[in-house]
Amino acid sequence: MRPFSYTRAQTVQAAVQALASDPQAVLLAGGTNLIDLMKYEVERPGAIIDINRLPLNFIDDLPDGGIRIGALVTNSSVAHDERVRTRYPLLASAILAGASPQLRNAATTGGNLVQRTRCYYFYDPATPCNKRQPGSGCAAIGGVNRIHAILGASDSCIAVHPSDMCVALAALGATIEVEGPAGRRDIAFSDFHRLPGDRPELDNTLQSGELVVAIRLEPNHFAVHHTYLKLRDRLSYAFALVSVAVAVELSNDRLVDVRVALGGVAHKPWRDRLVEAEFAGVVADEEAFQKLAERLLSGAKGHGGNHFKIPLAAKAIVRALKQATSGRLQDQAAKSVQ
Amino acid sequence: MPIQSKAVGLPLSRVEGPLKVTGGARYAAEYFQPGMLFGVVVPATIAAGQIASIDVSAAERFAGVVKIFTHENRPSTAYRDSKWKDQVALPGHPFRPLESDRILFDGQPVALVVAESFEAARDAATLVRVHYLPEESHTDLMRAIHTSYCPPIPRAKEMMPPPPRGNAQAAFDRATNRISADYRMDGEHHNPMELFATTVLLGDDGTLTIHDKTQGSQNSQDYVCNVFGLATETVVVRNAYVGGAFGQALRPKYQLFFAVMASLDLKRSMKVEMSRREMFYLTWRPSSFQTVSLAADREGHLQAIRHHAVHATSRYEDYQENVANWSGLAYRCDNVELSYEIVKLDVSTPGDMRAPGAATGVTALEAAMDELAYEVGIDPLELRLRNFVHRDQNQDKDLTSKALHACYREGAARFGWAGRSPEPGSMRDGVDLVGWGMATGLWEASMSPAEAKVQYCANGTVVVSAAASDIGTGTYTILGQIAAECFDLQIGDVTVRLGDSTLPKTGVEGGSWTAASSGSAVQAAAKAVIATLLKHAGELHNSPLARASADEVEVAEGRLVLEANHQVGVAISEIMATAGLSSIEESAEVGPDKALARKFAAYTHSAVFVEVKVDSELGVIRVTRVVSAVAAGRILNPKTARSQILGGIVMGLGMALHEEGMIDHRTGRIVNHNLAEYHIPAHADVEDLQVIFVDEDDDKASPIGVKGLGEIGIVGVAAAISNAIFHATGKRVRSFPITIDKILESEIRQ
Ligand SMILES: Cc1cc2nc3c(=O)[nH]c(=O)nc-3n(C[C@H](O)[C@H](O)[C@H](O)COP(=O)(O)OP(=O)(O)OC[C@H]3O[C@@H](n4cnc5c(N)ncnc54)[C@H](O)[C@@H]3O)c2cc1C
Ligand code: SF4
Repeated sequence: MRPFSYTRAQTVQAAVQALASDPQAVLLAGGTNLIDLMKYEVERPGAIIDINRLPLNFIDDLPDGGIRIGALVTNSSVAHDERVRTRYPLLASAILAGASPQLRNAATTGGNLVQRTRCYYFYDPATPCNKRQPGSGCAAIGGVNRIHAILGASDSCIAVHPSDMCVALAALGATIEVEGPAGRRDIAFSDFHRLPGDRPELDNTLQSGELVVAIRLEPNHFAVHHTYLKLRDRLSYAFALVSVAVAVELSNDRLVDVRVALGGVAHKPWRDRLVEAEFAGVVADEEAFQKLAERLLSGAKGHGGNHFKIPLAAKAIVRALKQATSGRLQDQAAKSVQ
Repeated sequence: MPIQSKAVGLPLSRVEGPLKVTGGARYAAEYFQPGMLFGVVVPATIAAGQIASIDVSAAERFAGVVKIFTHENRPSTAYRDSKWKDQVALPGHPFRPLESDRILFDGQPVALVVAESFEAARDAATLVRVHYLPEESHTDLMRAIHTSYCPPIPRAKEMMPPPPRGNAQAAFDRATNRISADYRMDGEHHNPMELFATTVLLGDDGTLTIHDKTQGSQNSQDYVCNVFGLATETVVVRNAYVGGAFGQALRPKYQLFFAVMASLDLKRSMKVEMSRREMFYLTWRPSSFQTVSLAADREGHLQAIRHHAVHATSRYEDYQENVANWSGLAYRCDNVELSYEIVKLDVSTPGDMRAPGAATGVTALEAAMDELAYEVGIDPLELRLRNFVHRDQNQDKDLTSKALHACYREGAARFGWAGRSPEPGSMRDGVDLVGWGMATGLWEASMSPAEAKVQYCANGTVVVSAAASDIGTGTYTILGQIAAECFDLQIGDVTVRLGDSTLPKTGVEGGSWTAASSGSAVQAAAKAVIATLLKHAGELHNSPLARASADEVEVAEGRLVLEANHQVGVAISEIMATAGLSSIEESAEVGPDKALARKFAAYTHSAVFVEVKVDSELGVIRVTRVVSAVAAGRILNPKTARSQILGGIVMGLGMALHEEGMIDHRTGRIVNHNLAEYHIPAHADVEDLQVIFVDEDDDKASPIGVKGLGEIGIVGVAAAISNAIFHATGKRVRSFPITIDKILESEIRQ
């Protein structure tokens, strides 16, 4: 870790200004990711702008029946909020599948969105990594890559986004409110995280000086038929090898609206609306689920250590769809897969 | 001995527990002194090659930095290898930090940055620029397996396979039922809570008081004195509390060397603590490859056993452990051929990790026994019973005791093994496949030389001291219990002092021998105190004990009495007052009984029963139930003993399903060197664990009838889990850890 300056921002505008005026500056929220990265010398900020005092710790009801969650609400507070639990149980479930209670108590909504990949090589400054040091190469290609991407990867980077919360937000179709030097704007969730392409150093579409203020969720009909299924190397406290968020609207055993988002498989939570649309009106049975899984994974490609994720993801998608359509939601406190 | 003990055999909580949970127990890194310096290591980022140059200029300019040590300016130390060999050193050349520009393994320390604060040292360490000339590294055991060799200098005679008996090949070829299988294990890395750390406090007179994370304070002391040419009297090493060790802290680690080196060079007190990452570059359980071939007749009687074991070692030392010999020992068989080789790789020297050798070898043997049971078509437990042997066929010796039948019986009953349906995949719980598997565990029950001192004070309190180490196992408690029993006291009346090189000589804490060795030494010293008391009692006027001999008396309720008749005796206070003594102090030394050892071999045994549930579609594995029945002689404290076994089971669970050091073989570097990516079981992975101690009387394994419990808990667990997975799924995964990808791949293969 290197010496850095520390300022505590009192207003969103002040934070934006501080961030925009110093290319060496970063925002500090819960610190559960940033501080680790600083200790590993992956992040070497010259200035830390602590945003924990900003008035962004709120969960508000919206007039349309939706909800607005401030960037500083902790993961625990979101997961245990009564309104979230009843109206957006998929979000609560996904958060509870992640990390540990201690981490969730510290981690914030904004930090969770912007957290960085867990690729081993990204964490080790002695190895080539295009994300950490553009142009240096990608050590994961041809290296140890059992936790890496099977979808949407590029020749420059095969890392995955590690968040569980974001997989649920992708399925629910959240909107992200950001504020920057040019004022406020909304970003559709699917446009927030990026695929690596030839710019893997960019995880998301935040512009310089922009800060996440809140996320918004519309009212939906998914409170009954949804699930979050996470498969990992131990039963708790590990990042997803593959995870699936499913939200379904059913009518007479047919899929009216089906959303499937995948975690642990790509540089962003993976959703394919075209595939989802193909299944609108289809009878919700195992055959359909198999097909949907096949279609979603049609472009999947392994890199050696992670080939297994392709069949695993297919099985997980089918199981998650079964869970969601039967209303047998995955209980995150249960050890067995339901 | 009093029949009704107030101490031994009771499930007492650890005496130091309150200190540990309130932060009152200080570990090696928790000693401070104003003006002390802090050192941080710069680890190498190649696995083989040479340092072309080191640029320390930026780091040196960093505020607070005092000095940076590299191979270019390291103070001179002992020249000969013998000076660098600690008590448990291995054949080969001990690693000497900063000796030269050669890089022998990933993470090798290439510089020590010393600064006025830990933060300054850590930050400056990142500014040290090392330019390497990397060479091709070899870290993949399977790719180098053709270079395996028999260690030319055995670490210990017993570790070498015994000569073949009978003709295993011929018997194998003849037999009706045969299996032969290969088992692979990835390297495992010790990750106790406490990081390696050394604090050196420099006295005004130049003496060094060293708080070291070690399993042997006197081993560290010898090492420091030898390497730096210091007189023993000028160096005290303490390890009052050790936050987990399991073998990793048997040998001195480089932080000890660095802390002393810098302290002597800079004439300041010093502290060096490793990072979690550095913990991955030392003393690991080596990756291994084993082939086990078993043959049996139609009834399942073993006709032939062949076990070939190979594991990794470093370029500079021949790490060895007893992997294969268990296969000649566990069951009755007249045709046995065991072989054992190691492979040099560009890695740091592996080392002992809980049940070294047995955890590896018995896993392969017991997985193979399960395969044989299916081949023969009999119950896996029945197969073991049919091949039961009450003799050490490897050494052709009798056993001091072997209550393994009771382990099988009581373990099976508690588990409900009789309700098992043999067919794989035949038991279900909803979408989960249910599997029941079992395995035998065994480990040696040894004694090592140990001394102890017991001081009896006139106020009826006792002080026990020994340079033994309590690595979290409960040694303080059980030694207190033994002393309390000898003097018919409560454990609260006894103070136990351990972890200090000035105390009576004790070897390193390992091999599960501490309870048996130090415990016997405490008992012997207590008996010596009682003999002294008797001598003084005999000098009393009209002494009722004038004619009694030492083995006729004991202490009861503050009196020295005849064992046969407690009415006859004298108050100890009276004896001591008359003799004008405020305390009596005696020492004793114990060691292995060589005469007995010529005739008898001693082992602990266990039977492990496991239930797994495997999601039939997804391959998610859960270990839902474990019953471990253990025969380990006398149990001094059922509570600390049970904790030992529970810990062993959880470590076995990690071995079976989680733990895996991942190396990028292109560069020879470990990639998952943190606890987020190196997985050990989380709480959620640990479900219903049950421990049974069966009765086992043993008057030969050690004077106090104890066999030790530190390692037996892990042995057999990984095999039982893999056997249960087979029973659940019909899939044999012979590569550990058994992760979800291997379950899926075995499905694709089949
Ligand atoms: C051992 C471990 C296990 C974990 N397991 C899981 C898991 O299983 N599943 C999972 O989903 N997560 C897991 N996590 C990750 C955890 O969820 C994230 O670390 C956490 O969500 C980050 O939030 P934070 O508030 O601490 O962010 P910080 O560490 O403070 O910040 C992270 C990044 O976000 C930026 N940032 C923070 N707030 C804002 C904002 N409002 N606007 C713009 N940028 C911002 C920071 O500048 C920084 O770059 C794990 C973490 C650890 C350490
Ligand atoms: S996968 Fe991405 S993050 Fe990982 S090494 Fe390659 S470029 Fe870096």
